[in-house]
Amino acid sequence: MSFEIHIERRLGEANIALSLASDGGVTALFGPSGAGKSSVLNMVAGLLRPDKGRIAVDGVLLFDDATGLNLAPEQRRAGYVFQDGRLFPHKRVRDNLLYGWRLVSPESRWMTLDQAIDFLGIAHLLDRWPRSLSGGEAQRVAIGRALLSGPRFLLMDEPLSSLDAARREEILRVIERVRDELKLPILYVSHDQAEVERLASTIVPLHPKA
Amino acid sequence: MTAAEWEIITLSLKVSGVAVLLTMPIAFALAWLLARGRFPGKIILDALVHLPLVLPPVVTGWLLLIAFGNNGPVGRWLAQWLGFTFMFSWTGAALAAAIMALPLMVRAMRLSIEAVDPRLEAAARTLGASPWRSFLTITLPLARPGLLAGAVLGFARSIGEFGATITFVSNIPGETQTIPLAIYGALQLPGNEAAVTRLAIIAVALSLGALIISEWLARRSGLGKGGHVL
Repeated sequence: MSFEIHIERRLGEANIALSLASDGGVTALFGPSGAGKSSVLNMVAGLLRPDKGRIAVDGVLLFDDATGLNLAPEQRRAGYVFQDGRLFPHKRVRDNLLYGWRLVSPESRWMTLDQAIDFLGIAHLLDRWPRSLSGGEAQRVAIGRALLSGPRFLLMDEPLSSLDAARREEILRVIERVRDELKLPILYVSHDQAEVERLASTIVPLHPKA
Repeated sequence: MTAAEWEIITLSLKVSGVAVLLTMPIAFALAWLLARGRFPGKIILDALVHLPLVLPPVVTGWLLLIAFGNNGPVGRWLAQWLGFTFMFSWTGAALAAAIMALPLMVRAMRLSIEAVDPRLEAAARTLGASPWRSFLTITLPLARPGLLAGAVLGFARSIGEFGATITFVSNIPGETQTIPLAIYGALQLPGNEAAVTRLAIIAVALSLGALIISEWLARRSGLGKGGHVL
């Protein structure tokens, strides 16, 4: 099992409840906005605490309310690609890419800066500031930053939503290569059916509940 | 410029410098609490921090006198256990300047902390940063222009401090007589127009210089639009 997620969380008026178990590849959380898809990713990343339940990835327990286990985000080794990129505005692209790489222990790294640059085709961006990047460039850097932090799995929150059609295709291909060449389990959030059907081996619908 | 005037200027710089340096960590902690904290009584803390901004300075000076005077609760303790007193000393002038500068410093720092997107800190956490490292590498550098602005505004405010200082530690040449107190003293006697003019020009130059330096530093920090402090 790559993702085993059984969680409940009340957020204001909404109730998020999800139970899924999936094998490798891309697991897509699919549903309209407001269904709590991003909150699920935040709970897997350790940024939001579920009210109850259990989260494990590749057999490693990240959260379990029965035993009180709740790993801090920095201990979960999640490569989180955010909808809005969230590049650090005060660091150049190179230092954004290396932020997580410098923090992770050397034996946990599985990619070098040069490999990430080749993989994503971003060599020409290294000395740029994030604010000078286009949406597609920023998203490739964000993916590179996540890969370089030596993650055990990836969380992707609508990584295509801020891009035009041509850039979407380009980033989709990058994500397919991450899936097929790097064989990382990916939990992928989207409201776009075509995107989800193209990428995912497991599709989990998520609906807003009262 | 006479030797006595130079002494007044260096004393003013010393008083304001010490006031700002010692207030920085306190102002930052208060700014952090007000920007990020959620606790009962926050509105009261907010009001207390801002009190010196709206209170007549003479009242602030009088309150300092009551608390830190040699018979005051804090002053008596300091004198008894540390043999230290703020009374009639430049350290008292620095304390008064610090209290008066605190609201401006907290305001500027609070705005700069509020301008840092907590989602960037969350991103740093997922990349392996502890809360402390995320603070040092993300929050602090992004808030830096506002922190600098706060320090420089506090410095300018300290240079101009008058009412609380003269009430708390009097107007003693060479000890507590900063630029505004010296101007006030000189105005009490006829024939000092030239000295008053020179000191007033210095006061304007220091205040203006402080504001320009803060803007320059903020622009240099490479943060684009967010770098402005004025």
